[in-house]
Amino acid sequence: MNKKKEMDLLQKQSRAGWLFLAPATLMIAVMSFWPMISAFFTSLKTGSSANMQWADPIFYNYTRMFSDKLFQRSIVNTFLYLAIQVPIMLVLAILLAQLLNNKDLKLKGFFRTCVFLPCATALVSYSLIFKSLFATEGLINSILVNLHILSENYNFLGNPASAKAVIIIALIWRWTGYNMVFYLAGLQNIEYSVYEAAKIDGANGWQTFWGITVPLLRPTIIMTFIMSINGTLQLFDESVNLTNGGPANSTITMSHYIYNNTFGTGVANFGYATAMAFFVFIMVGILAFINMKVGDTRD
Amino acid sequence: MTNKKNRSMIQRRLIPTYIFLSIVSFLSVFPFYWMISAATNESYDVARGKILPGGYLMQNFQNLIAGQDLWGSLANSFLYAIVQTVLALVVCSLAGYGFELYHDKKKDMVFGILLLAMMIPGVATMIPLFKMISSMGLLNSVWGFILPSVSTPFLIMMFRQNSRNFPIDVMEAARIDGLTELQIFYRMYAPMMKSTYAAAAVITFMNAWNSYLWPKVIMTDTNAQTMPMLIANLASGYTTDYGMLMLGVLFCSVPTMVVFFILQKQFAEGITGAVK
Repeated sequence: MNKKKEMDLLQKQSRAGWLFLAPATLMIAVMSFWPMISAFFTSLKTGSSANMQWADPIFYNYTRMFSDKLFQRSIVNTFLYLAIQVPIMLVLAILLAQLLNNKDLKLKGFFRTCVFLPCATALVSYSLIFKSLFATEGLINSILVNLHILSENYNFLGNPASAKAVIIIALIWRWTGYNMVFYLAGLQNIEYSVYEAAKIDGANGWQTFWGITVPLLRPTIIMTFIMSINGTLQLFDESVNLTNGGPANSTITMSHYIYNNTFGTGVANFGYATAMAFFVFIMVGILAFINMKVGDTRD
Repeated sequence: MTNKKNRSMIQRRLIPTYIFLSIVSFLSVFPFYWMISAATNESYDVARGKILPGGYLMQNFQNLIAGQDLWGSLANSFLYAIVQTVLALVVCSLAGYGFELYHDKKKDMVFGILLLAMMIPGVATMIPLFKMISSMGLLNSVWGFILPSVSTPFLIMMFRQNSRNFPIDVMEAARIDGLTELQIFYRMYAPMMKSTYAAAAVITFMNAWNSYLWPKVIMTDTNAQTMPMLIANLASGYTTDYGMLMLGVLFCSVPTMVVFFILQKQFAEGITGAVK
């Protein structure tokens, strides 16, 4: 009798638990999982939004994707940003975290605040700030010309290679401090005595960095890597506001191109755009998976 | 004496570090200075790279409010960001509480599935969500803005991780005192989790304020536009008034910068919140 009462109580508690997590779970189901499933079906259709029908052949949108020169360029661009920006940013972030974790360092809080500050800006805001800095007649140009590094003003944003470089510089500026925060948190879990011991053993800064810091931070590094990949594959605000994909679509990203195919200029093509979006989704998944496999050396 | 000498030697060895950190700090902060300074200059001077502040602030301000609805957009951004923050905190903390303190095999499985949603890129769900929101008649509304981001796996995970510190004994004692499960949540749990709520609030507010793609998709009416949309529009014309633009950027940045300076610690905790 008493036991039964206890069971009832436990059941009641378990049910209360379900009630607590129900709103959040339902919202994610409706606002993330369902749209993802529905996106897959949309990606198999063609036609404008009001009048869509099944594509013939059914994977038409997917085959079209691989002959679409502009989409291919957007993939190449996005991966170029990923391959150059993410490693530079993460190494810089670890280095800064390592330097700031020194207990003898003064003004630590000041330096940390400065490096962290860029995270407080909206992506649109910093894109526009960089756009004005790198304008043809802008500050960077006038500095470079005054220092005689350039003989005349250079149109940074009007040239494919330099426009990409500006996007990469801007991304590094915005996100290094953000990642540094993760490493600082990770470093604080490492006992300072480990470093002291290494110093006594005669290891120099470079050796302790690769021998102690990097291995101990590995879980954090993997996580920041996955987050950066995820973020870079979805780059949108910078491409739209810094270069507007130009000149002549040479800096356009995947998300920007997908947007242009739906709500941007030109004809809305939901089916095709969703197929490309689905491709991005699969890419994110694969890269995250590889990352976790590579990072996981338990055997 | 030797200690002092030792200390000054350590500081001397740190000189390269100080120099490097100073350069990085300067580069990090300079664009902010540039934004503020440019907001006080005439477009012509900004475009020519004038570094020092000028006396054109009022003129830029008048141009800014003459051409666009600055106050309306600011109000919209505040409304969307605050409503999203409040609702997200309630919904996600309830879920984190439920997942951690009532956990069993089934609930853990559901949690594992929810985490998969972190992998879904915003651009992939944008079109179906747009259709859904527009069929519900929620375009240009605060509900359309917030619905997709009220419940996020990140926040749920953050609350769940931090709930581990919540003592089970307190719950048991409260039950004996006759509190219902919901009462335990808001009388015992919520007050104890204040710092987690603060961190979650900062990060959610920042994300909501800064979001751009989603409002750009659903806010088709200028009266519903957000600050990031307003400044993006300022820059999209053929000729850009840089002074006015930078003043707009400044208006868009001040709220998040104020939050940053007051709640920097909570912001850092918010970012790293779910990983512990």
